Order: sequence, then structure tokens, then C-alpha cells
Amino acid sequence: MTAVTQETMSKELNADGLASDETRERWMVLGLCGPALFLIGIVMVVPVAWLFWLSAVGADGTLSMENYERLWQSKSYARIFLTTFQVAFVTTGICMLIGYPLTYMMAQLPRRAANIAMICVLLPFWTSLLVRTYAWLVLLQRKGLVNTWLIDAGIIDTPLRLVHNFTGNIIGMSQIMLPFLILPLYASMRAIDQDFVKAAANLGAGPFNAFWRVFLPLSLPGLFAGMLLVFVLSLGFFVTPVVLGGGRIIMVAMRIEKSISLYSNWGAASALAVVLLIMTLACLAVAAKLLKLDKSQSSSGGTEG
Amino acid sequence: MSWFSAPASETQITHGARLWLYIISGLVMFFLVVPSLIVMPMSFSGSTYLEFPPEVWSTRWYGAYFESKAWMNATKTSLTVAVLTMLLATPMGTLAAYGLHVSRFRFSMYIYVVLSLPLMVPVIMIAIGVFFLYAKLGMINSISGLVLAHSMLAVPLVVVLIASGLKSYDMNQEMVARSLGASRARAFLTITLPQIRFSVITGALLAFLTSLDEVIVALFVSGGENATITRRMFNALRDQIDPTIASISTLLIAVSMLLLITAQVFGKERD
Repeated sequence: MTAVTQETMSKELNADGLASDETRERWMVLGLCGPALFLIGIVMVVPVAWLFWLSAVGADGTLSMENYERLWQSKSYARIFLTTFQVAFVTTGICMLIGYPLTYMMAQLPRRAANIAMICVLLPFWTSLLVRTYAWLVLLQRKGLVNTWLIDAGIIDTPLRLVHNFTGNIIGMSQIMLPFLILPLYASMRAIDQDFVKAAANLGAGPFNAFWRVFLPLSLPGLFAGMLLVFVLSLGFFVTPVVLGGGRIIMVAMRIEKSISLYSNWGAASALAVVLLIMTLACLAVAAKLLKLDKSQSSSGGTEG
Repeated sequence: MSWFSAPASETQITHGARLWLYIISGLVMFFLVVPSLIVMPMSFSGSTYLEFPPEVWSTRWYGAYFESKAWMNATKTSLTVAVLTMLLATPMGTLAAYGLHVSRFRFSMYIYVVLSLPLMVPVIMIAIGVFFLYAKLGMINSISGLVLAHSMLAVPLVVVLIASGLKSYDMNQEMVARSLGASRARAFLTITLPQIRFSVITGALLAFLTSLDEVIVALFVSGGENATITRRMFNALRDQIDPTIASISTLLIAVSMLLLITAQVFGKERD
């Protein structure tokens, strides 16, 4: 009797020892994150925290909300935010309209063909942003390829103003953002169980109904997540609007750059940056929620099917 | 004819009835790839402005690029920074992803979020933050400053890639190696690393490309002797359309394609 309890006790003791050994080891392994965390902490988190502080300090060096009040009151800032949202909305809308059909088709292709189509999406994704912006500048300028083609085809007589304005900026940004919509949407469409569509067709739904009432609702979380990603990236865009907007489009990021390099006004720049950050994180939080929803939905769909 | 009336999907819709879908998809793919591809032939134009197709083919704009001391300097800076970023960010990201994957604490999720912060914060905010920090530390226009900033931007990408690589790897193999007497480091280097090499290589290539293509941070913290090629290109674009940029763009696209193909080839090998 006593021997048995002793044995179980020693086993338990041993288990304790093993468990604490394991915990210690887990902590040591976790330490491998150290260098990366240190780098991100020093080069990013500390400076960004500093910007938060600078945004809350007034011209006289005391804590004040004047930088934010100015954002709120000034008409020129209101216009900048309006332009930024306009650009982001229109870009997101165009990406949705042209990205959905392509992704829908890609998701139904056999894997091999879909991989080839995917190269068309990944190639621009891997190409330098600056290079793509430059390419659009070359294509859209007054004597550029697009105008030449349109005139040769007899569609227009005089060259259109396609660049250094809102239109040019939107054309360029839509192409640059499109992969960010397609990639998450494609993953979520591939995860949709085709049996649902088959069942709908079996029960008498025509092609349109099967798509509209079964496939489309199932693909919405992935679509919204992709759209939010495009929206967020568009809000903070800098390079393309500078080059293709030709000074006619002023977005938040451009104003931040100007405040620093031209006026060295850190208070105004960091307040703008903080507002931009908060809008961005809010959108990302919504996108993360939608993607999580998507995952739980498709996994439960899998067990039901 | 029969293809037109054949069912195209589970809904029995025929290929003919959704021909418009194929046309739209084709146009969108064209829209995606054409801009970058069309710059390539244009860069071989022999005249003083860009034309397509070029009437006279020549490599004069490549000559202009390779003979310009300023462009060569910028290229050297960019390549140096990109290689150093790759060498710094890849091991850092790999270690971090491995640490998170193996330790499995409940709060690991939060560390993962901190590690992906550079992907979430708008780049312009990161750029002015880094500028502010480097101004205090006297690191503006230095190669080391640029490498650190670019590594910070690249680490999250490496972490995401390695984490997904580790998900499909069976950790028990490492356990076996360790129960046979290998240290954790040795087990990782000889058993785990070779099996997740696809993710590691893709991560390294992506880190290289992130640094090579980065514009905004470089705009603030690189300059003078150490201006990067993207910074020079950006400034040139603001002023005029210099055909030299077309030749540089073509070279950059070639680098991207080469890296993409490398990544794809290694991906095939994995299957």
C-alpha cells in the first residue's frame, strides 16, 4: 500500500520536474524571437510612440490637443482627407468590379491553368511599385501609347488628359492594388465547397440563381477582407499619387511628407500620421474579423457537406 | 461549336453563355501585366523619347545608365543594402517564427502581432519615425541605418512565410533527432531547416526585393553618396520622363521575374 503511494508520488514529482523543465525550455525557445522583437521595437515601435508624443505637444512645449484641433478646423486638411477617401473608395470600387470576375474564373479553372493565370497576378505583385507607376506615366502621357492608340483607332481626335490628374492616379492605383484584392479573394473562393453550388443546381436553381444566392454570399467575407486591405493601403499611398497625380491630388501621406521636408512641422505631421494609423488599424480589425468569420464558416460548411 | 454548348461549371451554364466572363477576365489580366511588360521593348528605343514599337532599336539608354557615375553609385548602394537586409532579416525572421511555433505560449499570438506591426502601420508613419530616430542618432544617409530600417520592414514577411512553412512540417522529426542525442540547434539545422528551405529561400528573396524596391523610407533616410536607386528614380520621375529610367525599370523587372521564377522552381521541388 505505502509502496504504491510512494511510487505514484515519485511519478508525480517527476512529472512536476519534467513540466517545469519543459516550461523553462519553452521560454528559452521563445527567446529566439528576441532579435526580431528588439529590431522592430527600436526601429519602429519607439519612433512611432515618439510621434504619438509629438502629436500631443503644442507649440509652447506643453501637452495640448492643438495639433488635432487644427486638423479638425482647417479647411485645407478637410480637403485632403476628402481627396484621400475619394481616391481610396474609387480605387477599392474599381478593384472589386474588375477583380471579382477574374478571381471567379480563376477559382474554377483546373489547378494547373489557375497557377498560370496566377502568374499574371503575381508578376505585377513582385514588380517594383515605382516601376509600375513609371510604366503608367509612359502609357498615359499626352503622346503616350494609350492616346496614340485611341487616335489611330479613330475614337478620339485630340489626346485625352489621362495623367497628372485624378483619372491617371486612379488607373495606376487600381492596377497596383488589384493583386491585394485577388489573393485573399482567391483563397476564400477556393475554400468554398462546390457541392453547395451543385446542390443548388440540383434543386432547380438556374446558373444565375446558383451564383447569386449561393456562391456570392459565401464569397462575400473574402471579398470584403480584400476590399478593406485595398482601402487601407490606398489611404496611406504616397508614390503613385505624387507621380501620377502631378500635384493635383494631395493625399494624407503626401501632406505628412510635405510637413516634414518643407516645414519641419513635427506636431502637424505626427498628428496626421496618428489619425491615419487609427483609421488603418480600425479597417484592419474589421478585415481580421471578417476573415475569421470566413474561416469558421467554410470549416463548418466542410463538416456539413 | 461543341465547346460553346458544353457545361462550364456545376451550375450547367455553358461556355458560350458566359463568354463575357472570359473576355472580361482576359482584359483584366492584360491590364495587370501589360504596363510593366510594355516598358521593356520601349527601353530599347533609339530616339530621344520613348516609343512603341521603337523605330530604331538600340541600347543607348542602357549605355547612359551604365556610364552614369551617379546611377552606378546608387545601384551599388541599393544592391549592398538589399543583400545585407536579406542576410539580416532572413535569420531573424526564421528564428522568430521557429521560436513562436515551438514555444506555443498562450500569449504567442500577441508577439506575432507585434512582429507583424511593420505591415500594419502606414509606411509614411514608419518613414518619418525612422527619420526622427536617425536624426537623433546621427544615422541619416548611412548604409547601416538603411539596412536596419529595411530589415525591420522585411522581418514580418519572412516570419509569415516561415510560419506557414512550419505548419506543414512534422515537428516530431526534430523530437526523434533530439531523443537520439542531437542538440536543439543541431536538430534544427540538419533536420528542420532542410525541410522548410522553400519558405526560407522565398523569405530571403522577398526580403531582398523589399529592400531593393523600397522608396519611402529611403526617401527620408538615404541621400548624398548613399542615395538608393529608387530614391534617384523617384526624384527623376517628379521632373521629367528620362528614357534612362525605362532601361533601369526593365532591369528591375528582370530581377523580379528572375526571383519569382526561382521561388516557383523551388516550390515545384517541394511537391
